[in-house]
Amino acid sequence: MSATDDGTGGSPKPRLLEVQDLHVEFRTREATANVLNGVGYHVDEGETLAVLGESGSGKSVTAQTVMGILDTPPGFATAGTVRYRGEELLSAKEERRRELRGENMAMIFQDALSALNPVYTVGFQIAEQFRFRRGMSRKDATAKAAEMLDLVKIPNAKQRVKEFPHQFSGGMRQRAMIAMSLALDPDLLIADEPTTALDVTVQAQIMDLLDELRRERDMGLILITHDLGVVAEVADRIAVMYAGRVVEESDAESLYKRPAHPYTEGLMESIPRLDQKGEELASIKGLPPNLADIPPGCPFHPRCHRAEEECRETVPELHELRAGRHSACHFAEELISRD
Amino acid sequence: MTEPILQVRDLVKHFPVQQGVVFKKTIGHVRAVDGVSFDLNRGETLGVVGESGCGKSTLAQVLMRLEQPTSGSALFEGADMFGKKSAAELRSLRRDMQVVLQDPYTSLNPRKTVGDIIGEPFEIHPEVAPKGDRQRRVQELLDTVGLNPEHVRRYPHQFSGGQRQRIGIARALALKPKVIVCDEPVSALDVSIQAQVMNLLGELQSEFGLSYIFIAHDLGVVRHLSDRVAVMYLGKVVETGTEDQIYEHPQHPYTQALLSSVPVPDPSLRNRRETIRLSGDVPSPASPPSGCRFRTRCWKAEDICAEQQPELAVRLDGGELAPDAEQGHPSACHFAERNEHVVS
Ligand SMILES: Nc1ncnc2c1ncn2[C@@H]1O[C@H](COP(=O)(O)OP(=O)(O)OP(=O)(O)O)[C@@H](O)[C@H]1O
Ligand SMILES: Nc1ncnc2c1ncn2[C@@H]1O[C@H](COP(=O)(O)OP(=O)(O)O)[C@@H](O)[C@H]1O
Ligand code: SF4
Ligand code: SF4
Ligand SMILES: [Mg+2]
Ligand SMILES: [Mg+2]
Repeated sequence: MSATDDGTGGSPKPRLLEVQDLHVEFRTREATANVLNGVGYHVDEGETLAVLGESGSGKSVTAQTVMGILDTPPGFATAGTVRYRGEELLSAKEERRRELRGENMAMIFQDALSALNPVYTVGFQIAEQFRFRRGMSRKDATAKAAEMLDLVKIPNAKQRVKEFPHQFSGGMRQRAMIAMSLALDPDLLIADEPTTALDVTVQAQIMDLLDELRRERDMGLILITHDLGVVAEVADRIAVMYAGRVVEESDAESLYKRPAHPYTEGLMESIPRLDQKGEELASIKGLPPNLADIPPGCPFHPRCHRAEEECRETVPELHELRAGRHSACHFAEELISRD
Repeated sequence: MTEPILQVRDLVKHFPVQQGVVFKKTIGHVRAVDGVSFDLNRGETLGVVGESGCGKSTLAQVLMRLEQPTSGSALFEGADMFGKKSAAELRSLRRDMQVVLQDPYTSLNPRKTVGDIIGEPFEIHPEVAPKGDRQRRVQELLDTVGLNPEHVRRYPHQFSGGQRQRIGIARALALKPKVIVCDEPVSALDVSIQAQVMNLLGELQSEFGLSYIFIAHDLGVVRHLSDRVAVMYLGKVVETGTEDQIYEHPQHPYTQALLSSVPVPDPSLRNRRETIRLSGDVPSPASPPSGCRFRTRCWKAEDICAEQQPELAVRLDGGELAPDAEQGHPSACHFAERNEHVVS
């Protein structure tokens, strides 16, 4: 598949990552959970793709599979492809994958504290990459580490490289993680709920920083989140996941204007808004399915207020409705052509 | 005129900071709550917002009498909450005020059945439900919070996060309290489930005439449920008012910055909104800045802000104290000024 136009009239950007029909299951003694059931999405250079969905929908497992850090066993990728600049990764050797991690793709996590090693200074942990993968001397590597902390706007970087993770506030730690992930200058960054544990004030700082770095370096950014506000402020495109599938994929503006899937619609109506008091919230009834026992037909049908006979029998495939708009709902066309 | 069910005055809770292993020496104090006053009216919800570490949970714990206040007072239905009490007074106070906590995963004992968890308060307060009637009462409570009454014998791990939060709410309701203190009750939940639990809290309030103190860091959630809102910064209330006053006409720079940081779920407004970005983090409550505690992050700070602590009072635009305090929208800033355009 070729790269898409970025919508701004410029020439299309090269495709960085393409995930197709990805299936992952977790096998435990009791049951096999079908965690990913044909996930597909793509990211181009310089683009922000937001992956949205409730907890357990498979956002992190998809990212882990892309990065090659899926917990195996119990997790197994049973079908599908992951291509980085055209190169198939699921069948690649571990050595090649390790090479790509850090240099080409990197990931940051929600919980920066547990991702940093408490017994080494922040500077040491960043410098390690320069030493082992760039063969730099300890002194040069430490100087580079300070530069990286400066890049992510940690004040007084030269002093702070000598501090330990616990001496950093939550927001600073997340900055340090970003610095570490960008050390080897990757062109794809996956941020898995990078601000979920932070206050809104700090969240805003971190999102600004990520967006700025993406622009400066023309990185592709996959932002995994369940916060519809954050998504609206930064995403170019959005993939909405439910029960291990992408159920809607669209440019950000069209999706917010008129969702093409009842699940997306339900999510939007569930958020209590800041700019109005509102009465009762329209909530989505029920719970996400047990992944060891996904209902037949449309996996969303037990919670869907539009469900009909067809939904209980036939799985709706993700299909294109308009240029760049995809939905996995039998009635998607009706949903987007409403006034 | 609604009568306050709870009147809190100058409440202070300091935690000693100690050093040394054998001979502990107190080297300072964390001023977690440092002079908080408010009224909670009957049947209303008071929202409490502020960044992490501003003292919200400590306030909740002092009100629940899980921590002794360092100083200050609170009157519950006119009676002093913290003074010496007879056993009977204590029991009735415990009945009347209940708590719902954030973490539905750890706040329920995993080895007890849901029936035991919800029925536990009846052991201590048998007068509310005589022994023979308990099973029925527990099932009634499960039904009230939207759970299947047949599931009384299940264990917490057999429920989802949202369902566990409902169990926590059922337990809080068991003794027919008048006030429920909710500390981040929906923060750990996904939006769709969060909406279910928020709707439930709203329904229960009108059905049982409950008063809530609702602590949350999500400002949208707080607006949705609150009648009045108190904004906390480093142990102090910096602004308080009706939901409309706080969200539509915030006066304190901190409130304005908080609101402005909340991302708006509308991509068409992207880059068209003027936003206020705060730099840095909340300073340590063990050594708060002199004068106005917000001054280290405030873009309006002047010399006076380091020298004089601004009191929480009704102010005119420009920060001057208002001659008549009728409007009930006090803020603690020398240069308080309404800003009508923070929330798009
Ligand atoms: N038992 C304690 N001993 C010492 N310090 C404490 C204790 N409990 C709380 N603190 C400190 O008091 C301050 C206020 O804490 P509190 O938990 O009330 O904040 P909060 O507003 O609820 O924050 P969050 O949004 O993170 O829940 C913090 O600096 C905290 O570390
Ligand atoms: N190491 C693991 N072992 C077993 N199940 C797992 C493991 N990691 C994730 N899962 C399961 O996979 C599903 C999807 O998880 P995840 O991708 O983390 O969801 P999300 O990131 O969307 O919240 C969940 O049901 C989760 O419990
Ligand atoms: S396919 Fe049917 S059940 Fe599924 S989302 Fe569409 S209307 Fe609802
Ligand atoms: S008193 Fe001064 S420092 Fe404090 S909020 Fe007002 S202007 Fe800012
Ligand atoms: Mg996840
Ligand atoms: Mg707290």
